[in-house]
Amino acid sequence: MSINFEQLTQASGEWLRGTGPESDIVISSRIRLARNLADFPFIARATESDRSEIERLLMEQFGELQRSEQLAADLLHVDVAGLEDIDRLFLVERQLISRELADSQGSRAVVIDQHEQFSVMINEEDHLRIQVMHSGLDLAEAWKQIDRLDNLIEQRVTYAYSDKLGYLTACPTNVGTGVRMSVMLHLPALVITRQIEKVFRSLQKINLAVRGLYGEGSQAMGDFYQISNQVTLGMGEEELLKKVGDVVPVLLDYERQARDFLLRESQETLHDRVSRAYGILRNAQTISSEETMHLLSSVRMGVNLGLINDVKIPTVNKLFIHTQPAHLQKITGMELDSSDGNIERASYLRRHLGSDGMRSEQN
Amino acid sequence: MKCQKCEKPATFHITDLIDGKPNELHLCEECAHSFLAPASEASEVMPAMAGLLAQQLAVGETAEELARLDQRTCPVCGITFLEFRKQGRLGCPHDYTYFVKELEPLLMNIHGETHHVGKVPQHCAKDAEQQTQLIRLRREMKEAVAAEEYERASKLRDKIRGIEEKRKQK
Repeated sequence: MSINFEQLTQASGEWLRGTGPESDIVISSRIRLARNLADFPFIARATESDRSEIERLLMEQFGELQRSEQLAADLLHVDVAGLEDIDRLFLVERQLISRELADSQGSRAVVIDQHEQFSVMINEEDHLRIQVMHSGLDLAEAWKQIDRLDNLIEQRVTYAYSDKLGYLTACPTNVGTGVRMSVMLHLPALVITRQIEKVFRSLQKINLAVRGLYGEGSQAMGDFYQISNQVTLGMGEEELLKKVGDVVPVLLDYERQARDFLLRESQETLHDRVSRAYGILRNAQTISSEETMHLLSSVRMGVNLGLINDVKIPTVNKLFIHTQPAHLQKITGMELDSSDGNIERASYLRRHLGSDGMRSEQN
Repeated sequence: MKCQKCEKPATFHITDLIDGKPNELHLCEECAHSFLAPASEASEVMPAMAGLLAQQLAVGETAEELARLDQRTCPVCGITFLEFRKQGRLGCPHDYTYFVKELEPLLMNIHGETHHVGKVPQHCAKDAEQQTQLIRLRREMKEAVAAEEYERASKLRDKIRGIEEKRKQK
């Protein structure tokens, strides 16, 4: 099935649904597996003909899995190399592909589930990068789903694997299970109370990595942080799941304590901060993506604390993604430079947050 | 003769096989290099990995030893240790065997462990030779083409197809 951006633009993706356990703070649970085919060199040494052969072979397997009804018939097969830059950026903003896949050269592809619960990147850093995303804190279910998906693919191809080192990956940092289990958390109160650095240091001490919204090297935009396992060798999947899962309640507790503290000690200041953010988003005439993320973060916390009552979490979650550059251009159907983009973004926010025309309650 | 991709003199004359038909290319040194290099060689360096490697290799290794180590080349994929050090990415599954001595302390540093625990695939390649055979043959074929040894290249191609067919039937 070919990609229908209109449909994707209308939808908002599983991980933005704003449901699931602890979804006031835990945005999503995401697991990814790195896998390679035994018969081909890793991507760093693959020629273009290797890459296109890998892509052809894997796409064929997905077709077979769909025909035999082991996978849904309506998966999107996307030739990433053939996309326009803006479409690639759109998929990055949506977290369906990585920046690395978008920016690299040569044959590469992605298979996307229509519900956006999983996507499989082909020819990224490894031949296969399988990822599953669930809304809220749901690592155990996400693991069940990705394990099944991995088994389906593995029935049809031979993975590079050694008894001693496990799944062999292009980068030694992923060898072993090849798994990265992560939860994306919204931690604005820990940022305001300046405790976030301390939290990170203690996470690093227990070998957990902290990244921004878009993974490796990305800035922590909108106070979103991804916590994930650092180690992949010598610890089984269940153990890694527990390691990441166990730390989440502790972080939730810290964040909630910080929110309580702010409510108790400086309710006026907090209420003012949240209301000003909301006011700017509802009335601005031109606004950058960074400022939008920053203000939406305050609004999101305000909604969760009952300081704002006329907008729902799924709407706020959606605005985080829909106001980003490629999404905005897809939604408005216009090619926008950054200053036109800022004007369109402000107008989009006014339409969806109220002061201008109809209020959107869709998610 | 001018390079087909830029204005410089062509010093490299390459024969590329496209769908089994030889195609002549005349390129300058620079263009030839980028043509022959694997597609993603220029991919970004992973600074964390590179830093970790440099740190680890600095311990107990003289410049001479390091230079010798850098020249070591995997017989299957042809990556040198230097290339791995620069880009932080390995070239093929066999590198984990071939560079085992260098990688073990690195794995220890990253993971604190050197043995896999966890999921095992339902079926694996029967042995190490089977895992690397096709990668090695494809590379040899490419080299044969580059050296304009078409007879050897076509023999290798038949051998590769034979193995691919056999794998499909299993």
